[in-house]
Amino acid sequence: MFQDALRRHLSALILAPTAAATLVFVYGFIAWTAYMSFTGSRMMPVYELIGFDAYTRLWEMERWHVSIVNLLIFGGLFVGLGLLTGLLLAILLDQRIRAEGVLRTIYLYPMALSFIVTGTVWKWLLNPGIGLEHAMHQLGWESFRFGWIVDPDLAIYTIVLAGIWQSSGLVLAIFLAALRGVDQDVVKAAFMDGASTFQIYAGIVLPSIRPAFFSAVVVLTHMAVKSFDLVIAMTNGGPGYATDLPAIFMYSMSFQRNNIAVGSATAMMMLCTVMAIIVPYLYSELRPGRSHHG
Amino acid sequence: MLNIRRRITCLMVASVGLAAFPALAGPPTVEVLHFMTSGGQAKGMKTLKDDLESQGGKWIDTPVGGGNSEDALAKLRTRVMGGDPPSSVQLKGPLIQEWGALGVLQPIDEVAAAGRWEQALPRLVSDTMKYKGQWVAAPVNIHRLDWMYANPAVLSKVGIKMPTTWAEFDAAADKLKAAGITPLAHGGQAWQDASLFEIVVASVGGPAFHRKALVELDQATLTGPTMKQVFDRMRKLRGYVDANFSGRDWNVATNMIITGQAGFQLMGDWVKGDMSAAGKQPGKDYVCANPPGYGNDSFLFIVDSFAMFKSKNPDVLAGQKLFGRLMMEPKFQENFNLVKGSIPVRNDMKLDKFDSCALAARDQMDKSIKVAGFNPSAIHDMAVASAVRGAMTDVATKHFNSTISSDEAVQLLARSIKQARE
Repeated sequence: MFQDALRRHLSALILAPTAAATLVFVYGFIAWTAYMSFTGSRMMPVYELIGFDAYTRLWEMERWHVSIVNLLIFGGLFVGLGLLTGLLLAILLDQRIRAEGVLRTIYLYPMALSFIVTGTVWKWLLNPGIGLEHAMHQLGWESFRFGWIVDPDLAIYTIVLAGIWQSSGLVLAIFLAALRGVDQDVVKAAFMDGASTFQIYAGIVLPSIRPAFFSAVVVLTHMAVKSFDLVIAMTNGGPGYATDLPAIFMYSMSFQRNNIAVGSATAMMMLCTVMAIIVPYLYSELRPGRSHHG
Repeated sequence: MLNIRRRITCLMVASVGLAAFPALAGPPTVEVLHFMTSGGQAKGMKTLKDDLESQGGKWIDTPVGGGNSEDALAKLRTRVMGGDPPSSVQLKGPLIQEWGALGVLQPIDEVAAAGRWEQALPRLVSDTMKYKGQWVAAPVNIHRLDWMYANPAVLSKVGIKMPTTWAEFDAAADKLKAAGITPLAHGGQAWQDASLFEIVVASVGGPAFHRKALVELDQATLTGPTMKQVFDRMRKLRGYVDANFSGRDWNVATNMIITGQAGFQLMGDWVKGDMSAAGKQPGKDYVCANPPGYGNDSFLFIVDSFAMFKSKNPDVLAGQKLFGRLMMEPKFQENFNLVKGSIPVRNDMKLDKFDSCALAARDQMDKSIKVAGFNPSAIHDMAVASAVRGAMTDVATKHFNSTISSDEAVQLLARSIKQARE
């Protein structure tokens, strides 16, 4: 009797602590942050609600606008180009080439590094005084110029570059696994019917790995929105605050400027951004009746 | 027999009582939360620890690495919220008042009275150390932000002197440029851009303008024509840095002076601490002077200090008193400030071990106090709330790292400061 009950509820029992922890430490703290954003908290939390004041002040700040625009540029390019690079590498690796194992490992290696390491390495590489530009000058190419990282208008693109370098391996792995799962009989049949390679990929292979796109987009999007360490290591938000992102802005407001209310409001805006992208996507991909899991 | 036994019992009880009693009152104890972790500063703190321990005190060290206040403040916040604040915390300027307003600071008036702090400190400094008239913090040093450094070998190589006006500075910068030397050694980090900005505010506008604009935050002064000149000067200075300045640390910029790659650096006296640590002599290996356009009437000060947090533990209360007393004693003031590059806060002690730059700073301080030109640095958290300091920093670094006009920058500065104060 008892054993039966245990057996039936075992999975629920095992999951219970995790579920409880998630409830408190994720949703509980989201709720607390939301509450804080409607107070006038400065250095220490206060619990008196004063309405949307923090949001008004947030949207009046020029620096917040810079970080939002940067997020759009960075997020768009990071997700878009990240997908493209990962997919391209996966397709190339999927051509039954020699030494695939070695190549796969090489592409995956950046993933093993922390963003701090990636950021520092790229900072040095891109620094005109010691990096690539300097090296080219020493090799005799005196007119070579590559100073994006010190140019306020272009610095954000160097972050994209480093971000993609870091994460394309992961996307490659996701896509490669999916490509290997594609039914080869269908591909062969299409080949027999005289379809070109491009047609096969565009018409058969890619549509059948939709779930992989789904995973990759979700992973990349949330990485983009919460990016923090990469920028801190590479430019520390500079030159000026040209590479500021919402996460850095949030940290700066909450912890450096004693402005917990505005920091919390920023965090809520970030949460809304993630939800605005992920929720419709989840809905369209996971609603019942879609059978792309086969 | 019985009597003897009773006597022995009595003795035993008494001796146990005697042994137990000192255990109730332990040694004076302080837990020091600080971020003085880099070479010279750490050495300075160590001398204070040794002093305290030699007087029977117990020192619990809670250092926060990275040398910045933010992590330390985050830690302080959690400790206070948890009801267990460290007894002494490195805090400065208006933050002492902010924590005082929360009712968590411990007055140490008797120590201050015994050590004659009131008489020994400049009034602007002693005011910051008090909350509602009670001493709640002890100062460590006085830093001067507005220094200009140069390498005399570089100056003589291109045939220039230390410039005393901005026109002379421009002429010198052109000569340096022509000789292939970067005129201004600068690191493009937000706080460094903002420090440069504050020095320029004090030099272009003078101390009264600096106080009105960055300390009192007067909107009319912030939007006035002098502020536009300040940004014009900043734009001019932007042309004197090398292409690779973004993100550079201040001590790397200092190294450019030492190695002769750059002409001038405008930065606080911690540069001097670093120079001495590298074995460089003022007057010989480097020179320090007032920034261009300066008279003897201006001094931007930064005072590092330790605030005392309330505790119910009598050992901690005793520890705080001992800690505060030792910190203000000439012995520690001398030891610490010699390595940090700053000058002692006490005006009643001899400075014969200090170098010529420190003596010059002391002289400038005394003169500027007489004419109300001794002003707290806003950018270094000595004058305004951190939100306002942040707004100023944002605008200074935005202007320095973009092509926005001086007029736009003036408007942005006034608007951002207004928003931050609301």
